[in-house]
Amino acid sequence: MNLQNILHEIEKADPEIYDRIDSRRKIMHRFKDLGGKLALTAIPLALGSMLNKAYSQTPPTNIVDILNFALTLEYLESEFYTTALGRPGFIDPTETASFTLIQQHEAAHVGFLTTTITSLSGTPITKPEFDFTGKGIFPNVFSNYQQFLAAAQTFEDTGVRAYKGQVTGLMSNKDVLTAALQIHSVEARHAAHVRYIRRKNGTSPEEKPWITSNSTDGIGEIVQSTYVGEDNVTQLGIVLTTLQNVSNRVATEAFDEPLSMDDVNTIISQFIV
Amino acid sequence: MKVLRKRPALSYGSPIKRREFLSYVAASASIVTVVAACTKNDNGSSNGIDLGDGDIGILNYAYTIAQLQAAFYIQVINTPYSSLTGDELSLVTDIKDHEIAHREFFKAALSTSAIPPLEFDFTSINFANRNSVLGTAKTFGDLAVSAYNGAGRLLTNAGYLLIAGKIVSVEARHAAYIRDLISYGSFADNTVVDSNGLDMQQKPTDVLATLDPYIKSKLDPSHLPTL
Repeated sequence: MNLQNILHEIEKADPEIYDRIDSRRKIMHRFKDLGGKLALTAIPLALGSMLNKAYSQTPPTNIVDILNFALTLEYLESEFYTTALGRPGFIDPTETASFTLIQQHEAAHVGFLTTTITSLSGTPITKPEFDFTGKGIFPNVFSNYQQFLAAAQTFEDTGVRAYKGQVTGLMSNKDVLTAALQIHSVEARHAAHVRYIRRKNGTSPEEKPWITSNSTDGIGEIVQSTYVGEDNVTQLGIVLTTLQNVSNRVATEAFDEPLSMDDVNTIISQFIV
Repeated sequence: MKVLRKRPALSYGSPIKRREFLSYVAASASIVTVVAACTKNDNGSSNGIDLGDGDIGILNYAYTIAQLQAAFYIQVINTPYSSLTGDELSLVTDIKDHEIAHREFFKAALSTSAIPPLEFDFTSINFANRNSVLGTAKTFGDLAVSAYNGAGRLLTNAGYLLIAGKIVSVEARHAAYIRDLISYGSFADNTVVDSNGLDMQQKPTDVLATLDPYIKSKLDPSHLPTL
């Protein structure tokens, strides 16, 4: 068996193979190491598993691309709250402090992500132009407080799902992964508070700080894409409703679900001019 | 070992040098020793209950936190403070149910690798007093968030990391609600969110040190991964 020839053939078929796995030299090193330890027949198996790893998943999304995706969301949220806070008397005075705090966090996320992207030699995307009416989804978002709250809830819950959908793509950089998780849970805190406001002020009295099944909590079909899949009750192959004392409702509430980058982009594209 | 040397395995195992084989035997023997030690620890002596290593260790660590929170909230609902009624009772009951779901999920997922049910010490909590209960709930909620945030980097299996992500945001929702009950608007205040807008993250050893007074069972987290 000639490993060099096999690698040569793979290179011809896929010039980017070494972006997917190790450099050629590293691979040869790995097999040299393996060769000393394993019977020769084990080498095809090891090669197979290495290639399987490289090709079984969709091509690895660049970490900078993921961070720019997150940055777009943060730009959207930050400008959304800044605009609302800039309208005197619009936000319920009992919530002004809360929305100011949320706005500060979103602005801090914009700064943090921009710095992180730059430190990874990436180029932070420029802020898109937003239309928070969402082409008719929230036509009076900055004059009707209920619509503002509905939009805030949608953005925060979408944000939580968006970060969750990207965590596995960040595993190769532990520090970026940890930071993304730290932003993710802050978005969840925001979402919980906005949902609690809507419960307390009677907008949606049955609504909870957590998401029940795939309910939009009265906002309606227009934002269903933010909640699709939240009714999942199977985790790691375990059907939670078969466990003791776990109802379907509880199973959906106890686990938040991710959204893919494409699904999130479809949602937020409605708010980008 | 003398008995082993006489085993026929050595005669047909010619590609394996005798020395290598013996070191293999020695390694097996030490594995047996570790297993024996674990069994002893599970009975509550010496080093305590071994959480295990690698991803299994982290899942047992998460299972520990889920067990603690489930036990705490079950006690809260069983011996409610006098003002735990209406809206508050309804949502705190939800949290209890979520924590039970997390506990049962980890137990099922870990299967034979799961640590046993743990014993807790809640004697420092006055369950008749709202401040005492909510203050503890806040500590546990924020700690769970920081624990999952800190543990993500220690997981090597993407599926487990995604599960951690699915749970941590629910823990953050709980923590935000409990904080709003204690002091409205404190759902994400600067005691938990830093100037970069980042939530807390902590290492398992730090989390377990904070939880130590509440856990009666002795835990051995010494094999958990570090990074």
